[in-house]
Amino acid sequence: MKVALFIPCYVDQLYPQVGLATVRVLEKLGVDVVYPEDQTCCGQPMANAGFASDAAPLARRFLEVFGGFEHVVCPSGSCASMVRNHYDALIPGAPGLEAVKRATYELCEFITDVLKIGRIAGRFPRKVGLHQSCHGLRELRLGSSSERLEAPYSKVASLLSSLEGIELVPLARVDECCGFGGTFAVVEEAVSCMMGRDRLADHVKAGAEIVTGTDVSCLMHMDGLARRAKAPLAFRHVAEVLAEAMP
Amino acid sequence: MSDSLPVLRSDGRGHADRAAAFLRDEPHAHWHDQAVWFVRAKRDRAASAVPEWERLREVASRIKAHTQARLADYLEEFERKATAAGATVHWARDADEHNAIVHRILSERGVTRLVKSKSMLTEECHLNPYLEARGIEVTDTDLGERIVQLAKEPPSHIVMPAIHKKKEEIGDLFHEKLGTPEGLSDPTRLTEAARAHLRERFMAAQAGLTGVNFAVAETGGFVVCTNEGNADMGTSLPPIHVACMGVEKIIPRLEDLAVFLRLLARSATGQPCTSYTTHFLGPMRGGELHIVVVDNGRSALLAREQYRRALHCIRCAACMNTCPVYRRSGGYSYTYTIPGPIGIVLATARGVDGHASLPFASSLCGSCDDVCPVKIPLHEEILTGRRDLAERGLQPMSKRLGMRLAALVLRVKLLYLAAGATARFLGRNLPRGVLYARWNPWGRQRELPPMPRETFRQLYRKERRPRV
Repeated sequence: MKVALFIPCYVDQLYPQVGLATVRVLEKLGVDVVYPEDQTCCGQPMANAGFASDAAPLARRFLEVFGGFEHVVCPSGSCASMVRNHYDALIPGAPGLEAVKRATYELCEFITDVLKIGRIAGRFPRKVGLHQSCHGLRELRLGSSSERLEAPYSKVASLLSSLEGIELVPLARVDECCGFGGTFAVVEEAVSCMMGRDRLADHVKAGAEIVTGTDVSCLMHMDGLARRAKAPLAFRHVAEVLAEAMP
Repeated sequence: MSDSLPVLRSDGRGHADRAAAFLRDEPHAHWHDQAVWFVRAKRDRAASAVPEWERLREVASRIKAHTQARLADYLEEFERKATAAGATVHWARDADEHNAIVHRILSERGVTRLVKSKSMLTEECHLNPYLEARGIEVTDTDLGERIVQLAKEPPSHIVMPAIHKKKEEIGDLFHEKLGTPEGLSDPTRLTEAARAHLRERFMAAQAGLTGVNFAVAETGGFVVCTNEGNADMGTSLPPIHVACMGVEKIIPRLEDLAVFLRLLARSATGQPCTSYTTHFLGPMRGGELHIVVVDNGRSALLAREQYRRALHCIRCAACMNTCPVYRRSGGYSYTYTIPGPIGIVLATARGVDGHASLPFASSLCGSCDDVCPVKIPLHEEILTGRRDLAERGLQPMSKRLGMRLAALVLRVKLLYLAAGATARFLGRNLPRGVLYARWNPWGRQRELPPMPRETFRQLYRKERRPRV
């Protein structure tokens, strides 16, 4: 199977190791990976700030770059959701949009739903806190949200908990937002930082050594707060955890 | 609301600054977060006792959508049935008409003392100051409402109006206003003092005013839900009952209550039902019942497809209780009568004038969508509000230019790569004092992300280079 890698701009620029880990995980699972080099950004920063007309050309560009691939895989729930759930508002009815929307997956979702792999052979003997990023959770439904009364599930937690030796620590607030929120992080700096610190405290109290999640943006925000506060927490994208655990 | 461009009145320093002021007292902010989260947790437990909860939400949402599509018909049916039952129905186009109607009803009957149970609609219309300026003494009889009325403050939450106040503050307020012993902060004794004080007001009142939770078209009756029985006291003692409702309170059939009443109290406070769920049909014997039906922008909202579903709202406040921003910024950080996610949507849908910062008081986490008992897509509508502001050129120039520039750079791969390389170079080499100076709100409380020498695409290419 061949997939096109969709690496969000900030991962390309700031967290290249997360992109490499994504490649490694997919290849270890027997997938052929290609990286279309013309990609830049999906347009989410502009779209979420309300600037639809500035975001639309980036959405069209995305269709040009990724149109024609059967599967597009992204190590970010938020950017994958941008394509799947918000492109309709930016470029309604654009030719090829439906196909690209159908093809685009967040990494754990792709492993679970397309590769139909439920267990990952690997070992990760650490105490891990799972941060459930909001767009992955409530827009892509990677797991059940605490507000909805449905049978609990989590595609991310299932993959992680299949690793040998891992301990997923129980949080008091299982899916509260960390306060990153894109431009929210700077526009509403005070609230954003308190939200992030409250998440950190929850993870520390639960005994986490490592906080993981599907979105480096949330982790970047919490890591920035943790380093400033010298909190004893490390942050790894779920692809990094899986890549390190897999033999 | 008109379609012409509004003159943008400033909302002062904006939500972010008001929130920052709220957060300056960090222990109080933590207390507020936890007090409100406690209600969210209670809601979770109550909802989980209903196996068909998600189905109820879906049915409620559909009933609301159906009703809105035939709103005029149902309103007229309600008027006919209510009139047949002996009530008088008044129609108010806006807040001014609403206030004038209520005042006329009261003044024509010589009423100078009015008791009120909770009604967000009368808050929206600023009825209390209107009546007080015309010589009518208005007593809010819901305990939380009475507390904020005594403190001369607006409610900071639509179900728990005084949630921002700790019991010690209420003790001080009651000591000053009601003569309770100094330093008394025991909630039971404070409530007893309020009860005795309110009892006098009930006995002396000449008319009672209530809100309406649900008005039933097929019967002409309506339902008022309270936990304190204050609406019942206020409508059983004085002979005149004025009930004020927005047009969206209508539901078609009595049996629809079986859906909404199961959702309302569980979503609002985590109770299976409110202590009092009172059905009114016509006036009491020898009394009068006036029902004031108010539009005040609601039909204009109905006309706007992207915001329409905000009219589903049954004012349970679950979106406030779950909102991580509301819990950490308090009700007063919003500029509209109704705070939190639904308040943001209602305010911006009516016109951004004076509320331009509200759509940005959200991390778009979507928790409000999932908690809402009538499935309003709140975070989508908040995003629509941002889009409206941008389309009408009402976002700050610096942001418009910044976004335009970023979009241009990101559209051209070489520019994107050059900008990224430059930013990372500066990030690695500028002195800390410059990087973390005032221009950088990210860095006030947070470290910047790593600024690696190489991008993913560079490392990927290196890995893929065929080895000799």
